[in-house]
Amino acid sequence: MTNASNTAEAPEVADAAPATGAPDGAPAEVVGLRDVATRLGDRTIWSGADLSVGAGEFIAILGPNGAGKSTFLRLLLGLLRPSAGSVRVFGRAPRRGDGAIGYVPQRRNLDPDLPVRGRDLVQLGLDGARWGIPLPGKARAQQRALVDEALAAVGATDYADRPVGQLSGGEQQRLFLAQALVGRPRLLLLDEPLASLDLRNQIAISQLIAQVARERDITVLLVTHDINPLLGVVDRVLYVAQGRVAIGAPDAIIQTETLTALYGAPVEVIRDSRGRVFVVGLEVADPHPDRR
Amino acid sequence: MTLLLPSLALSAQPTLSWNLVADLQDMLQYPFMVHAFAAGTIIAIIAGALGYFVVLRGMAFASHTLANIGFAGAAGAALVGVNPVFGLLAFTFVGAAGMGALGRRIYGRDVAVGIVLAVALALGLLFINLYHGYATNAYSILFGDVLGVSAQDVAIALAVGALTLVALASVWRPLLFASLDEEVAEARGLPVRWLALGFLLLLGLVVAEAVQIVGVLLIFALLVTPAAIAERLTRRPGRALLLAVAIALFVTWAGIFIAYYYPYPLGFFISTLAFALYLLARIGEIGARWLQGAHPGAPTRDGLTGAAASPGAPANAGPAGAAHEAPANAPAKGQLEGGVA
Repeated sequence: MTNASNTAEAPEVADAAPATGAPDGAPAEVVGLRDVATRLGDRTIWSGADLSVGAGEFIAILGPNGAGKSTFLRLLLGLLRPSAGSVRVFGRAPRRGDGAIGYVPQRRNLDPDLPVRGRDLVQLGLDGARWGIPLPGKARAQQRALVDEALAAVGATDYADRPVGQLSGGEQQRLFLAQALVGRPRLLLLDEPLASLDLRNQIAISQLIAQVARERDITVLLVTHDINPLLGVVDRVLYVAQGRVAIGAPDAIIQTETLTALYGAPVEVIRDSRGRVFVVGLEVADPHPDRR
Repeated sequence: MTLLLPSLALSAQPTLSWNLVADLQDMLQYPFMVHAFAAGTIIAIIAGALGYFVVLRGMAFASHTLANIGFAGAAGAALVGVNPVFGLLAFTFVGAAGMGALGRRIYGRDVAVGIVLAVALALGLLFINLYHGYATNAYSILFGDVLGVSAQDVAIALAVGALTLVALASVWRPLLFASLDEEVAEARGLPVRWLALGFLLLLGLVVAEAVQIVGVLLIFALLVTPAAIAERLTRRPGRALLLAVAIALFVTWAGIFIAYYYPYPLGFFISTLAFALYLLARIGEIGARWLQGAHPGAPTRDGLTGAAASPGAPANAGPAGAAHEAPANAPAKGQLEGGVA
């Protein structure tokens, strides 16, 4: 994907691999990695990462547990420095607390007694990082309007004033999304937002994210274990496995051989009668365990 | 803290009349009562305010342990002839710093904290034993001695109180964010570990002050119970904090007032009043929920579309039990909030 950087820095070296269609007069590269490696202590998690994500793309991040998917997100958030190579977000080095990035980390279910409304949670996404007490006034009213708008965008207006702990998993996930969206980010990073949701909710939340991202021209990177709910909306698939990071078109990645090699476990990709694609983890029926 | 219990029974036993204002004027003639109210007011404010975060961050047991560490400090100070309040402050401060250094993984686990609690208490007992002074010293530290507060103690309380309020006001939003949502707060650039440490240090100071009123063993009554009540009654962070302060003030003032007339420990009155309010709050909640349940026609919420589904539609998998079936426009809960706003 060839992109021009929109900053005054020296123009980025164009990524060699021409990938899926970026529009001409292309918008700037949102995320760029050049031969990046990451370490934890003395262990290299992955290395040789070389990829580019353009504006408005919806990228699913796949990979086995412990492969370094969350590490990838932390890199983009500026919480982790690469041990090699260079990372570029919006054409510059990642900054902690970048207001243009919305982050939805993996969350367990909230304590039912948590004394906070959904609205307050979203409000924190707007001004929680500012010191001091909020002062009443026009700015406050503007903030309220922004919060209302974010809540409406995710369909959470009806239960925004209820304590968050008492909401269902799907409702909570919408609020977390609203919290990330309220600051009007250009890049949205989500770490397993579909985990612990039932199938209907998984599909609904996936579609909600895709819809909001389309409307607001947000680039989305979403870590998931289950690609099924996302197959209709994803542009490219990034996978992190066995010390490597690579990106490719869904058709190339979502293949039986590729996924089996990726996960080191039997996976089959099936197309149903309507042409929809399903990824199925197979049970190891073979009694001889050393088959790889 | 003078470590001596003034005996009110020596003077003519004051009698409670129904003219509360006259009673108040009566008791404020005595400097020790003025000091008691002054210190009590300051400490109730900061204990209530910080208590909001103690409950939010799940640090009730850690706070209790800090108080016990302070006990060892106070007893040690008395042993070497220093004002016990300084020993109290020093030890809780150092204890808090220690907890901060060890990190949440240690002080969040009740096993580790409990072990420290036992050691601190044992150390305090040793010091008390070595101090060939009055046995009432231990009593005062363990159960509080607001009626023995000196003018110097009030001055210290004022300084600590001012510092605490300024610090809390300046970190209100970040601390709230970090307490509720640490990962996102960190991603937004907040220094969550420093905030946690700063909070612990403030807690150490507030615990040291609160111990003078209710003592080490009843620290919960000022630090935890008012905030716990507030957090059940309202879900708005700002209001909950103010409500916690109001409740703490009420139980402290009422406690000191009653303790003037009845020669029972102040800690007892404060604890009991706080507990009574807590019971009332719980009963009120149950009553409100029962009232809601009496009107089952309201639709349940469907988390998928965000719109109302028909009653009887299967609700989504969720963490809570019956509560999440309640309609979004919970009138009774709103009344509770409105009533105490």
